[in-house]
Amino acid sequence: MLWACLLLPQLALDAVLRRLPDPDAPFALVEGPAQLRTLHSVNDAAGAHGLKARMRLSAAHALLADVRTQPHDPLAESTAHRFLAAWAYRHSSLVSQQWSRAIVLEVQASFRLFGPWSQFERTLREELSALGFAHRIALAPSPTAARVLVGLRDGFAVTGAAELSALLDRTPVRRAALPGDAGERLYRMGVRTLGALRELPGAGVQRRFGADVLAHVRRLYGESDDPVACYTPPDRFDMRVELGYEVEAHPPLLFPLRRLINDLCTYLSARDGGVQRFVIGLEHEEGSTDVEVGLLAPERTSTMLFELARNRLERTEIARPVVAMRLLARELPPFVPAARDLFDTRPQQALDWPHLRERLRARLGDDAVYRVTPAGDPRPERAWSRRIGDGGGAIADAPARPPRPAWLLPQPVPLHDAGLRIVSGPERLESGWWDDADARRDYYVVETREGQRGWAFVPPGRFEGWMLHGWFA
Amino acid sequence: MAPALQSLDALLAARTVWSAGRGTRCADIGQPTGHAALDAALPGGGWPPRALTELLLPADGVGEISLLFPALSRITAAGGRVVLVAPPCIPYAPAWQAAGVRLDALDVVEASHTDALWAFEQCLRSGACAAVLGWPDTGDARLMRRLQVAADSGDCHAFALRDRRHAANASPAALRLEYLPEVQAWQVRKCRGGQVPSQPLRLAS
Repeated sequence: MLWACLLLPQLALDAVLRRLPDPDAPFALVEGPAQLRTLHSVNDAAGAHGLKARMRLSAAHALLADVRTQPHDPLAESTAHRFLAAWAYRHSSLVSQQWSRAIVLEVQASFRLFGPWSQFERTLREELSALGFAHRIALAPSPTAARVLVGLRDGFAVTGAAELSALLDRTPVRRAALPGDAGERLYRMGVRTLGALRELPGAGVQRRFGADVLAHVRRLYGESDDPVACYTPPDRFDMRVELGYEVEAHPPLLFPLRRLINDLCTYLSARDGGVQRFVIGLEHEEGSTDVEVGLLAPERTSTMLFELARNRLERTEIARPVVAMRLLARELPPFVPAARDLFDTRPQQALDWPHLRERLRARLGDDAVYRVTPAGDPRPERAWSRRIGDGGGAIADAPARPPRPAWLLPQPVPLHDAGLRIVSGPERLESGWWDDADARRDYYVVETREGQRGWAFVPPGRFEGWMLHGWFA
Repeated sequence: MAPALQSLDALLAARTVWSAGRGTRCADIGQPTGHAALDAALPGGGWPPRALTELLLPADGVGEISLLFPALSRITAAGGRVVLVAPPCIPYAPAWQAAGVRLDALDVVEASHTDALWAFEQCLRSGACAAVLGWPDTGDARLMRRLQVAADSGDCHAFALRDRRHAANASPAALRLEYLPEVQAWQVRKCRGGQVPSQPLRLAS
């Protein structure tokens, strides 16, 4: 097996910067109590002005007055870490996030799918850059070795055991990720490299530094198993963006919305699923406005989800300033790509019906597209029902009855027509005594002077008070 | 002279040229309407494919849906999707089923007056529908032209059911039928690629 380690040197910073429209302006994360604010990390633009991590905020302001700052949120960092593990899961089924600021994944099994390492590595780098994370990558036969190599230099790719042990022998002990402060203590003793450490008698090392150090070295050299805690993807997606300013119009919300939708789709393709229902929470200082996006069938195309979400969002009134946006998707059903016939003669830019239906629903409303099905009730207004979506099974046949009109009026309306001609009838309908919608009517097929054929009823045995209920069209 | 004759046949078949007084059978085979007299009168032998058909009506409920039922049931039986965009009344499920229309291939789109034209065009253009029925209440020939183009690019039978007062205006539709209540018959007002029959057609209901 070959393991790749992706080191994310400024994970906390990138987790915030990737959400900002201008990530290249000077920016710093701050931490510590209000009187003793220190910088947690800075971006390149701020670093160019002399700002450094662990510097006091007052000193930083003296160097660069208009540096933007934001409090460091460990929670946001771990969210980003989890998100990257989910992203890595699309490239490999063995992914671990057990080390902080690093993702480790088994890659050899994926070569057939993603190409040889040089190409695979390029893919990983491109995707990480597109997601907005600075990174270093190394390849080694064991996870621990990959973790150590990535700390030495970016771009190491070691596949052979001999090559690896030669390289490890020259590795300084302080950079070998030894447990505790063993590396520093060995260095002070004059043991400078791993090679020198391995020449020491094992029993002595174990007595002084504990069994962990030797076990670590054996894992590094591939002399013992190197188990990792594997990541399993969660069954829901929950992501939140702090806007950092108050927004009262729709356009500025579209950029963070697109980021969130793209992250959602990255996550969906990793677990090979789709999304059927999600909520965009527009968070205010107090409370939040929820925009629900529901689809009739699972989807995971980012352009389509963005179009739908954008349509819903733009129809939502923003009553109070928005300070954060959250995307929560709980229902992540399996996704089956639409099957298309090889010899399908449909036009090039064709949309399939689920896509068209979602587009119509997004603009016209959730209930705007429906099917009609017959129902068993003898009352005409209850002899049909609406069905939204594909579920509900096959459509049963209506009971046999005399001819029925193609159009039913939503409500019966009075029919005033002097030249009314009765074509057939009556058909007496007496029903509904059990549910307080008692109906006793005589139905006739009538013809108006304009040649329309109507379906009208009168109270039983009478010939006045005509009510029109449908058209034979 | 055989090659010349063949190319003349090809020209006639392509309907770029046709001789006066004599109808030509064209390459585009239409969807049979299910009414023998109408099929005989129409150039493609049925509803024109990839095109807009206009039904001009004095009022709702004069038999316009019965006219379409045979074609709609044939289309849905073949797995094609039929969409009704903003119909004036509720399509009464038992009657449509009795007429042979497969209800699981029939979708209704509810839309306001302003959104109905948009939805009509979306359905036509999508390529996901085999036939779309709409009730565009507009006299704007440019909008009708859009529908005709959308029907063509989406390979779809488009049916526009409109008030007969629009009959006086020119239309880009491939086929226009007007219902004459006085004689209870359909009059072909225009059919692309063929000659307009002089007599109104009475169809058995």
